[in-house]
Amino acid sequence: MKHQAKSIIWSDYQKTIPADGFYYLRSCIRQNFFPGSERAFLQIMQNDLGKDVFDDPKHTTCTGIAYHSDLLPFETLQTVVARQFALMSEAGYRNLAVSCVTSFGIYSEVLETWKEFPDEMEKARTYLRKATGRELAIPENVAHCSDIFYHFRNEIAARLQYPLINGETGQPLKIVEHIGCHYAKMFPGKGVGGAEFSCVLSGMIEAWGGEVVDYPERRHCCGFGFRQYLIMANRGYSVSNSKKKFESMEPYRPDAIICNCPGCTMFLDKWQYTIGELEGKTYGGEGRGIPVLTYEELAGLALGYDPWDLGLQMHQVDCEPLLQKMGIKYNPGLKYRGLKGEDLGKPVIPNCFNRAVHSF
Amino acid sequence: MTLYEMLQRDVRFVEGLKACMNCGVCTAICPAAEFFDYDPRMLAVEVQSRDDSKIEKLLRSETIWYCGQCMSCKTRCPRGNCPGLIINALRKLSQELGYFTESRRGRQQYALKKTLIENILQRGYCIHPDSLTPELHPEQGPVWEWFFNHREELYDRLGANLDKEGAGTLRKISPDVLAELKAIFDESGATAFHEKIERYSLKKAKEIGIEEHEMEDYFMLVFTNN
Repeated sequence: MKHQAKSIIWSDYQKTIPADGFYYLRSCIRQNFFPGSERAFLQIMQNDLGKDVFDDPKHTTCTGIAYHSDLLPFETLQTVVARQFALMSEAGYRNLAVSCVTSFGIYSEVLETWKEFPDEMEKARTYLRKATGRELAIPENVAHCSDIFYHFRNEIAARLQYPLINGETGQPLKIVEHIGCHYAKMFPGKGVGGAEFSCVLSGMIEAWGGEVVDYPERRHCCGFGFRQYLIMANRGYSVSNSKKKFESMEPYRPDAIICNCPGCTMFLDKWQYTIGELEGKTYGGEGRGIPVLTYEELAGLALGYDPWDLGLQMHQVDCEPLLQKMGIKYNPGLKYRGLKGEDLGKPVIPNCFNRAVHSF
Repeated sequence: MTLYEMLQRDVRFVEGLKACMNCGVCTAICPAAEFFDYDPRMLAVEVQSRDDSKIEKLLRSETIWYCGQCMSCKTRCPRGNCPGLIINALRKLSQELGYFTESRRGRQQYALKKTLIENILQRGYCIHPDSLTPELHPEQGPVWEWFFNHREELYDRLGANLDKEGAGTLRKISPDVLAELKAIFDESGATAFHEKIERYSLKKAKEIGIEEHEMEDYFMLVFTNN
């Protein structure tokens, strides 16, 4: 009886994810900080899995960062979203593949608003028509790109060159998964597994051979906070939230942190540097940080993509310890090179990290 | 029209405040409550009182600017309220009425507007690498500084299409598309809203001795002063 009730509850958090035919909506933060991840998403989908994903130059920011900084009337946000939906329809697609978690939350919020307040949808339709001449369309499916990799996790697993196994010990790699708040906290039914038991990343990690670390602050916010980071004077809020997570996960000695949200990936990487500079504290052992990766970077590494093609040289916390544990063959001499192998110098190694182990 | 009635015109307020029973679960889960002197439970109770004097005090306060918009409160409220949405409506009204310049954190809206809205209307992105200077973002560390200084070569290396025609990462958003965004902003009220932020911020700047041609100083003041 108890089991039956759990099955009914769990069924609320299952999600339909289309098999093919996606209109791709890019992320502002990821384009800036993780360009290799968006490229890897398209390469893995189109080349490895043979899927149709359309990358349309006409789409723009969803304006979500400005919206959550309270700089845009809700009507404006809804109209910008309506334009993205119109472009999808004009291109002949019905399914969205959304790169950003903030955007995913925005699209979910607008669609739910239109269900509860149909007048809002009519206003957006009118504004869109007057401003652009375009016609509003409603997507049949809105998937975050991590949903899509979760959906195809077994197909990806079948192609793995480097499973998530520590080559030295033969044990599964211990991986922390961090789900961006706007993936499922606002609308738990929109995320695979809901807000508390999101399995969108843990499903990938386990399918590819790793072990998921459960720790007390697993669902705590990374601390982005929009205005709490974007304004220099407020950044103490942001770094404090990440610190709370690092302190909580440290005793479990994770080999890596995997995120599905652009901001979270960046903050959990960069705040380790900041905390190191402020307090001399590092969380990865031996004066190192804990490598922080996007799910595309993790998938790309496991599939045999070159780490420098994936953009791991953009991370402040070095990812080489993870590469070495996975047994990945890579050329350290190409890490800081340009497209044609040109020498672009090297970043300074910060004092907070152990220079002796950063001789890659 | 009372302030409460003005809030009720915002569907986010209608959705965010049904009937708060004052249980405090939102405060228990709230990252901002842990960091600041901030209590979303009290915020919901005060707004729910419909007492305009309490609402006006909130609109002029630091309190409404503490929320980090994680929306963890939405998940947890047993009554389906969402203080994060109440905050959205309060912040919007505070800016409409010009009260936001009376709090230090409210005044930061000027710097946010100057960076994010100008990025959106001029480039089509909320964030663009040209504005992520190491001076304004020391927390990004030496790797970003190295990347920033070689960004053209490195975005090429990673398959981006920085500021060029066509599809792809950080492509140039065409003038036609930017004109559509501007038309949406004009039509749906954003342009008028931004003019208010500018106007009230200039008024505040003059009060503290900063003239119109010195608004870059006001920007740096609100961006850095804590």
